Amino acid sequence: MNDSRAAVLDRVRAALGRKPGQQPPPLPPALFSERNLTTPERVELFVQQFEKLNGKPVRVRSRSDAAAAVRDLMNGQIAVASNAPSLSECGITDLAGVQHGFTSRDDLRAACTTAAFGITSATYALADTGSFVMLAGREEARLISLLPPVHIGVIPASGILASLDELFMRVPKPADRTSSMVLITGPSRTADIEQILVRGVHGPGEIYAVIVEEGEQ
Amino acid sequence: MNTAPIKIKQTIADTDLQKAIYTATGRLMAHRATSTDHLPEYQELRTAAHELKRHTIDNLDYYIEQFEQNVSAHGGKVVFCNDAAEVADFVLGLAKERQAHLIVKSKSMTTEEIDLNERLEHHELESVETDLGEYILQLAHQRPYHIVAPALHMTRYEVADLFTEKLGVENEVVIEKQTKIARGVLREKFLAADIGITGANFLIADSGAVVVVENEGNARLTTSAPKIHIAIAGIEKLIPRATDLVVFLKLLGRSATGQALTVYTSFLSGPRRGEEVDGPDEFYIVLLDGGRTKLLVDAEKRESLFCIRCGACLNHCPVYRKIGGHNYPWIYSGPIGKIITPQFHGVMEDPWLPFASSLCGACAEVCPVKIDIPKQLLQLRAEVSEGKKSGGTGSSERRGFHLYAWLMRHPGLFRLFGRLGAKMAPRPDGGGWIHRLPGFMNVGPLRSWMQERDLPPPAPKSFHDLWKERRK
Amino acid sequence: MPSGRVSLFVTCIVDQVFPSVGIAMADVLERLGYQIDFPEAQTCCGQPAFNSGYREDARKVARHFLKVFRDCEYIVVPSGSCTAMISHHYEDIFQDDAAMLRTSHEMAPRVYEFSRFLLEVAKVDDVGARYDATATYHDSCHALRELHIKDGPRRLLANVRGLTLREMDAAQECCGFGGTFSVKFPEISGAMARTKIDSILRTQADTVVSIDSSCLMQLEGAIRRAGLPIRTVHLAEVLASR
Repeated sequence: MNDSRAAVLDRVRAALGRKPGQQPPPLPPALFSERNLTTPERVELFVQQFEKLNGKPVRVRSRSDAAAAVRDLMNGQIAVASNAPSLSECGITDLAGVQHGFTSRDDLRAACTTAAFGITSATYALADTGSFVMLAGREEARLISLLPPVHIGVIPASGILASLDELFMRVPKPADRTSSMVLITGPSRTADIEQILVRGVHGPGEIYAVIVEEGEQ
Repeated sequence: MNTAPIKIKQTIADTDLQKAIYTATGRLMAHRATSTDHLPEYQELRTAAHELKRHTIDNLDYYIEQFEQNVSAHGGKVVFCNDAAEVADFVLGLAKERQAHLIVKSKSMTTEEIDLNERLEHHELESVETDLGEYILQLAHQRPYHIVAPALHMTRYEVADLFTEKLGVENEVVIEKQTKIARGVLREKFLAADIGITGANFLIADSGAVVVVENEGNARLTTSAPKIHIAIAGIEKLIPRATDLVVFLKLLGRSATGQALTVYTSFLSGPRRGEEVDGPDEFYIVLLDGGRTKLLVDAEKRESLFCIRCGACLNHCPVYRKIGGHNYPWIYSGPIGKIITPQFHGVMEDPWLPFASSLCGACAEVCPVKIDIPKQLLQLRAEVSEGKKSGGTGSSERRGFHLYAWLMRHPGLFRLFGRLGAKMAPRPDGGGWIHRLPGFMNVGPLRSWMQERDLPPPAPKSFHDLWKERRK
Repeated sequence: MPSGRVSLFVTCIVDQVFPSVGIAMADVLERLGYQIDFPEAQTCCGQPAFNSGYREDARKVARHFLKVFRDCEYIVVPSGSCTAMISHHYEDIFQDDAAMLRTSHEMAPRVYEFSRFLLEVAKVDDVGARYDATATYHDSCHALRELHIKDGPRRLLANVRGLTLREMDAAQECCGFGGTFSVKFPEISGAMARTKIDSILRTQADTVVSIDSSCLMQLEGAIRRAGLPIRTVHLAEVLASR
């Protein structure tokens, strides 16, 4: 395979007329466009966009209200929650039927295949697209927001960024922080058969955002 | 082949298929228009994307090496492959070493390009397509019809019969239920698979990362459930920085389906690390040449490599909207397929292809990275006529154009020729158009014209004649 | 009040098949006070050869055009595709010939598609025309996408007395002519024409207007084959009508 590496790179350089190690000309700076929005404006915009995607927003004023909201949504069924501290701080991990604290990949997967709900936090949310930004890590596993048929994301209002631009302004190198950053924009969907829209193909068909507006008037 | 496929006539005559293609592409066009209308900086982004791609492609070796370094730094491995066979060899070799038997795949035109599934099939390695449209096509043994909507041409009834035949389920024509059936079958595959193979929408040089966008969640499952993830991508997929995604992501979803962002945008930079609970243990990125270096040689043809596979050019192409995705010689259809097929395979393989266009320019108008497709088509046409000359064919057409050029430089003779034509042509009553030509005239281009349309007779007096009279 | 001299490049198809378009254009310009010059040695812009991949033949024809029109200040053309050939593609065919490249660059800004000449040089959008019809406008591809001509003709048509203008949903879709495409791929070309005709029928217009005679030839040919009572007319003929 080393031969292929050399062969490919040699062909590329020969085609371009470049020498090994030759520096390219400088790049222009990244094309960010900034949006100045207050937190209430971000919340409003996020809710609006999230609803357009068929996401269901639930706005609460406190952490304990967040737990109550999640309990109501769960309606006695089983959930898997991530290890995000904010979820236990809200009391969500203490709710009946919520499995949490997984550190084994196999145990986590088994739990996710039978749970009705996957409950996560989100590192950020994006207001102008109604997206969750999930960074995999000790606190957040990948499969919790993917395998169960319903995903509940619990986010503080202060975590809502204006846009994709603001995300990359804050996190210009996601690879430094995680092996997996996923932007989730609405429930899983397809229109592959006769262009008819169906939700919940492989990922969750229903998605909730529990937005905790603590201290925000 | 030398002439266009016969199937074109059949496709045009199939009214149901015509309706399916026209409505599906029309819908995608409308969605794109709405979403780009709401993006005031849309034209600025197109220019930025074009410039970023030009910079990257012009300095591709640098970014390949930077990418490779960053992949390794995060615990992954880059595998260089000259061609399709080497990709298959790598996958097979790894599968054997790991005693892997089941592969799940998400949608990737690059893997279609190299016939990956066919190559793996012969080695008792099950490779399952997990994108719903691709899964259906895999069961039906068909090629994708469209970059973004692969099963555009199939009806729910065909899907129902297919599932009954191949999965043994009861015949189900309700689309939502068909989707649930596929979801159930494929979920088992995801959870049992040893290896997950994806393509890549973008490769990020400064991060050693792969970006995969999708709506279903199958790519996420493909990259999160199995212990090994292999991403297969052409070398041209590189962009310099993660922050450049603010340009490309804003263009890709909108151009393809009218979505500001697709449901899932995954930025993956290696196997799971540190205290991450799930994710693959091994992460490979296959960088495929597969003939791309041939296009790099020509500074103009290089532009074809800017393509981000959004499918907008297909949707807007009046020719694609008539002939559909199965009448093109290669896996890449539509306007982009029309230029890269000859650029990869040599223009004389399918000399008719660059001419199967009215040069309307709708494709160039909507291309998010501003590839000048009509200009490339015109260039390819010039290459075909050169190719025919050296191959000794096409001489009657060449003579025809020599005659045309000669006449056009001899105005007096041009007008004489015109006067003769006016005298010889049939003159329908009442100043009408010619509905039928006499047998000896109904040949060649005239016959082709008459097949579909009436023909105007040459004017009894040319403009030259009328102008002379006016001046008196 | 505009005045001065303009030269007509009527195009080969207008000269031989649709001369009334050229006459109409001359009428409109003379009424506006222009003196018309018609260089008689004119023939073709070279587009048929260029589009078919015969660049050397295209060059020969282009050189003739450049010679014939060398000293003309304004060249008015009743065609978007021929105008675009001269102003956009002569630089492609002469890219290896510095002298001819210079000549084509000098020529390009002097060549005007007819509607653009009226609006931007003569600076008129109402020529006092009368044409009784319910019409729909077809955007020819070269005019629309290479010359960015879209609102101009519509503005001119809006000021024509007796004319009701309706927009078709497929106004910007190609009619299917594409030069030799129309005879190399007749099934596709014919199908494209019929799609346009369906769109025209949905507007219930009795007339289709375009600034390109080749598009009109394609559409009218298909309309007549289908036996439909729809007229096609060049913008110049509408504007010359009283």
